[in-house]
Amino acid sequence: MDWTWFHRLASPPHIYRVAGTLTPWFAWPAGLLIVSALYAGLFLAPPDYQQGEGFRMIYVHAPSAWLSVMIYGVMATAAAVGLIWRMKVAHAAAASCAAIGASFTFVSLVTGMLWGKPMWGTYWVWDPRLTAQLVLLFLYLGYMALRSGIDDLGRADRASAVLAIIGVVNLPIIRYSVEWWNSIHQAPSVMKMERPSMPFDMLAPLLMMLLGFTLMFAAVMLVRVRAEVLRRERGASWVKEVVS
Amino acid sequence: MKDFFAMGGYAAFLWPAYAVTFAVVAWNIVAARRAHQEALLEARRRLSTDADGDAS
Amino acid sequence: MSAWAGVLWRDLRLAFRRPGQVVHPLAFFAVVALLFTLGYTPELGKLRQIAPGVLWVGALLASQLSLDGLFREDAEDGTLEQMVLSGQPVAALVLGKTAAHWVITGLPLTLMAPVVGFALGVPVAAMPGILCALALGTVSLSLIGAMGASLTLGVRRGGVLLSLLTLPLAVPVLIFGARATELAIAGEGLTGVLYLLGSLAVLALTLAPLAAAAAVRIGLE
Repeated sequence: MDWTWFHRLASPPHIYRVAGTLTPWFAWPAGLLIVSALYAGLFLAPPDYQQGEGFRMIYVHAPSAWLSVMIYGVMATAAAVGLIWRMKVAHAAAASCAAIGASFTFVSLVTGMLWGKPMWGTYWVWDPRLTAQLVLLFLYLGYMALRSGIDDLGRADRASAVLAIIGVVNLPIIRYSVEWWNSIHQAPSVMKMERPSMPFDMLAPLLMMLLGFTLMFAAVMLVRVRAEVLRRERGASWVKEVVS
Repeated sequence: MKDFFAMGGYAAFLWPAYAVTFAVVAWNIVAARRAHQEALLEARRRLSTDADGDAS
Repeated sequence: MSAWAGVLWRDLRLAFRRPGQVVHPLAFFAVVALLFTLGYTPELGKLRQIAPGVLWVGALLASQLSLDGLFREDAEDGTLEQMVLSGQPVAALVLGKTAAHWVITGLPLTLMAPVVGFALGVPVAAMPGILCALALGTVSLSLIGAMGASLTLGVRRGGVLLSLLTLPLAVPVLIFGARATELAIAGEGLTGVLYLLGSLAVLALTLAPLAAAAAVRIGLE
């Protein structure tokens, strides 16, 4: 099979240009979705029959928790592509993901704790999802530490790619084992989120928020990829045209 | 309006959570843009020093 | 002799010349248990409750001690590069070195566990179960450690980084291992948990050598 089109597609100047063109197409819908989801979530959605107004926490907690896991998946996929096809741009993408993913893992932990205080009566309980998020934060920190620990860029790219893939294989096992551990040691949680179905007024803002955050991540990542590509290709001739 | 900000007694938890979330969203946007600007500046500086080197 | 067995014997002979490699983790394990006791209570009844956690965290940390040198020493004097260039599959070499690490640290730690267990008030009847659980669990720990050690080959002073990489990956082993120990102490059946520990070990045995081999090749470039 002829792979030249693939490599032309992934060539740094091409990616740099395409990323630049695409960014506003993700950024504006993201902003629009998040703002309208905020309005709908805070004003239009009715209070929950059990948690009252407190359930509105879900509109910031769920999107960040979703992003934290999804970004790890994106990072590992990019890392695998970079490792298998020796594609520099993919490594740049993986490198761009880590800080964003870690920041939203942190947000999901903080919002989870702030949600836990009124629901559980304390900021931290060893709830399986919170615990798994904490482990995920350590995985992100390990990835970033390994990356910054190796001076040679090519080696840092590939070593951290192996780590990301190891992590993505481990992530489901960690989640399962933590859930299992929790089911043995704790009485059933006070806060049961399981309910037959969410009314549309509550669900719609959540879905908008999830989509908005995902698009926002895409836009932020595209900007970061551009920065990363530019940094890596400093000496290349195409950079001259871009810069001047 | 007061009722809205009180959030049925959950204000002390709800608003900090929203604040933290959107602070991190803002940080992500600002940090990404700054990284891009810095990369551009760095590339420009390199190019100008290269050009000086060629001239002399 | 197959490649991995050759490496295994070589590393074991080297370790035999430096008995410290075997003794230090054991001493560390014992000291950790001692510190837990001093920091908590001398009552055996209470210690028995935290014994699973102490045994597993102690074994986990002790098995990390010698990891940093697992590939580094051979990489620094060029032996590792020669092994890789010899044309043998790198995964087999990694497997040999990891097996040696298990024999040098995992196995002695497992055999030491009953002694530490007695000090923590664990009944004799629980020992066979604890031995089985630790034997299986330390296999996974050595393999996870080998991945961390190979990834940090290119890092100067990678010791702390190594722990940051491997400890989160060891979470499932710790959970299942501690649970097996708890069941053994309570005198209940632990076959189910041993199966889980066994499947973790099998999974690590199939995937970890491949990942570590890739990382070793990257680290040697």
